[in-house]
This record gives sequence, structure tokens and C-alpha cells, in this order.
Amino acid sequence: MLKARQLSFHFAPKVPLLQNISLTLCAGQWLGLSGDSGAGKSTLGQLLAGYLAPQAGDVTLDGEALPKSGVQPVQWLPQSPELAVNPRWRVGKILREAWTPSDAQCQAFGVKAKWLTRFPQSLSGGELQRVCVLRALAPGVRFLVADEISTMLDPITQVELWQALKREAEQRQLGVLVISHDTALLERLCPQRLHLSEGQLKPW
Amino acid sequence: MSQAQPRLRAAFSLGVTALLVMGLVASQWLLGDSPQQMQFDARLAPPSVEHWLGTDALGRELWARTLAGLALSFWVGCLAALLSTLIALSLAAIATLSARLDALVSLLIDTLLSVPHLILLMLIAFALGGGTQAVIIAVAVTHWPSLARVLRAELWQLRQAPYVRISRALGKSRWFVLHGHLLPHLIPHCLVGALLLFPHAILHEAALTFLGFGLSPSQPAIGVLLADAMRYLSGGYWWLGIFPGLGLLLMVLGFERLSSHLRRAL
Repeated sequence: MLKARQLSFHFAPKVPLLQNISLTLCAGQWLGLSGDSGAGKSTLGQLLAGYLAPQAGDVTLDGEALPKSGVQPVQWLPQSPELAVNPRWRVGKILREAWTPSDAQCQAFGVKAKWLTRFPQSLSGGELQRVCVLRALAPGVRFLVADEISTMLDPITQVELWQALKREAEQRQLGVLVISHDTALLERLCPQRLHLSEGQLKPW
Repeated sequence: MSQAQPRLRAAFSLGVTALLVMGLVASQWLLGDSPQQMQFDARLAPPSVEHWLGTDALGRELWARTLAGLALSFWVGCLAALLSTLIALSLAAIATLSARLDALVSLLIDTLLSVPHLILLMLIAFALGGGTQAVIIAVAVTHWPSLARVLRAELWQLRQAPYVRISRALGKSRWFVLHGHLLPHLIPHCLVGALLLFPHAILHEAALTFLGFGLSPSQPAIGVLLADAMRYLSGGYWWLGIFPGLGLLLMVLGFERLSSHLRRAL
């Protein structure tokens, strides 16, 4: 169980972004998070994945602090896949940075073999995003923070990506926090949804 | 067109500089011991068809000595710039390992930048007893701070890049991130940095030798030729200073233009 307790965070002193945020994400749970631009959704996602340290409160996994080394059990998937990959590495190397997905897994996520020898610049945002999602599903990963990962995809690719992720999450009992502006998407994917506004979480 | 121009210019500069360097290196085999050959019947001869750039006080051909001096300066400059770049890269990499090490490296950079170059160069070259090795070491250990500062800043910025943070989250070690993600990004910076260091290194080598702290007076270095020329300039023997000085200027300008074009192209 991934638990955030009384999280507070600010980038500039006296300008609080998140105040006393608490949330729980269980194994296999899909939780939706919406909010206006600049509300702090991505920041909250990064706090949960251990990319940022809160000024107050803590994030625990099964009652313990997030590990400091090894494959992190909470993986963050950023909005822009172009920034999430080393532009000097070929796609095959990027995909296999932490683990080697099987051909079936590549097929399920629509990652084509011919992409693997190419550089990320020659792939579209949607193609690259699929590579990033598959890369993040390394063994030992238990929770995903999907931060607007389908915003730049066409509707068909969106459906394919979410279906593949849903199947993988069900098989492995992954907990997924879906961050999006798209309320219709959140309604379809997540039985539980929260809205972040003025540094506070509210259910909707 | 606007995208292709910097690359075209860089390629042109690279071609011209490579040709010059190859000519300079090849001349060493062709010259043999010409730079040292004395002709006592042609001492301080002005430039003519027989003596292209004139001769010095011992009747040695100035064109041969200038070419030999430029070749020597080239090798000294190359080695010093390479060593300097390695020091800069190593310290920038060390600075990324922890905030304390970063503060230490920053302090070292600031300290070295606050001391006048030439004084430090003279002290180090003097302490090492002069000669080619001493000049290379002195130039190398005094020229890295500016490049180290750039590389350090670049590394700190890269460390915040999402793919670097994701790599750490995927369980990759700091060492892996450093050599797998960060250092390859610095290759263009290092290349341009080394090329920018090169003219500085040559000029400082010449200055150091001119002041008597550098290469041995028996070596046909540009600094030695210029120092010798100083004694004869008032006598109207202008060619002794003009041609070695011009050669040095052209080489420095050539590499400066090359680094400037490469910086825009990369």
C-alpha cells in the first residue's frame, strides 16, 4: 500500500503548492487525479514516486520509507516522452535499460521491433510513450504514476495503450495513479477520483 | 540554408586547419636539422629569394625555425589542452557526486581563476625546472577552471533531466548514470572547450618561453625566436620578430575560428 501522509510542498517559501495532502493507493487500485493547470498534480505525482522530497509529511510503502536504491517500486511516467529518453541512445537500449520485455509484452504495448534500432527522434510522441510505459514496468514495480501520458496520443492509440496497461496492471496487481485533465478518461478508467485544487484534495 | 551554414563553415575551417596541421607535421620530416644549420656567411640576412624569411644572428634560416617553432607549439598546445580538458572533465564529474564535493570543486575553480594566469604559470614552470614537460604541465594545470565551470554547470543541469532521474529510479547506479547518460553529452562541449584552450595554451607557452621560464633556448620554439628577436629589433632586423609572430598569430586565429564555428555547428 502506497500512503502519503500530511504532505506539504512548496517551490518558493510562503507560496505553498500542496498542503497536508493525504492519500492511499492500494495494490490493483486505479485512482484518478484531476486539477487545473499549476494545481500541483505532477508535483504530487513526483512526491509519491520519490522524485521530490516533501517539506512536511512522508510517503511510505507498506509502512516503510521508499527505498533509496534499486528499481523503485513506484515509477513515474512523465507527460513528455521526448524528455524521458536519452536522445543519444537507440530505442532498444532505452527499452532495455532496466529489464528486457518479452516479444509478447512488446506486442501488447504496440512496440514494434523495427523501432529498436532507431533513435528516439525518429519516433512519434505516441510511439515513444509506449516505449516509456513498457520500460517502466520492470520487475519489482508495484505502483505507477501516469502523468498525462495519453494527452498527445490519437484516440485509437490512447485506447490501445490504456488497454495494454490495464491488462498488465490486473495481472501484476499494479496500483495506478492516473493524472489527467480529461475527466471522461478518468471516469472510464478510475473508480475512485480526486480533484486537486488550492493545494487540497477533494473527491469527485 | 541557415541551418547548414554553421556546419559548412565548421567543415571548411576543419578542413583548412587539418591541412595546415598536416603540413606542419610533415614539415618536421622534410626539415630534418635545417632549423639548426648555421651559415656564418649569411648572418642576419634579410628576406630574399635565397633566404625566404631571412636568417637569424647565427645564419639559421628563419622559415625553417618558424615552422619548427610552430610544430613544437602545436604539440605543446595539443598536449596541454588535452590534459586541461581531462582535468576539467574529471573535476566536473566529481562535483556531481555530492554537494560537498561540488562546493570543494567550485572553491578550487574560484581560487584558480582569482590568481593571474601568467604568475601561476611562471611559478609552476619554475618549480618544475622548465623544459617542455614543465610547460605542458604548467599550462594544463592553469587552464582547466573555465572549462570545468562550464562542464560542471552542464552536468548539474543534465542531472535534473527526466531521463536521468528515471534512470536512477530504474535502479541504475550513479556511476552508470555518469558514464551512460551524462558524460557522452559533454563530448561536444569538451571538443569545443579543448579547441578554445588550444590557442590560449600556445600563447601562454610562447609567453612563458619568451620570459625565460619555458622551453630551452636551444629549442626553436616561437617564444625563443621572439625573445631572440627582441635583442635585434632596434637594429632594424624586423623579420626576426615579424615572421614567427605572424605564424603564431595565424595558428592561434585558425584554431580560434575553428572552435568558434564548431561551437555554432554542434
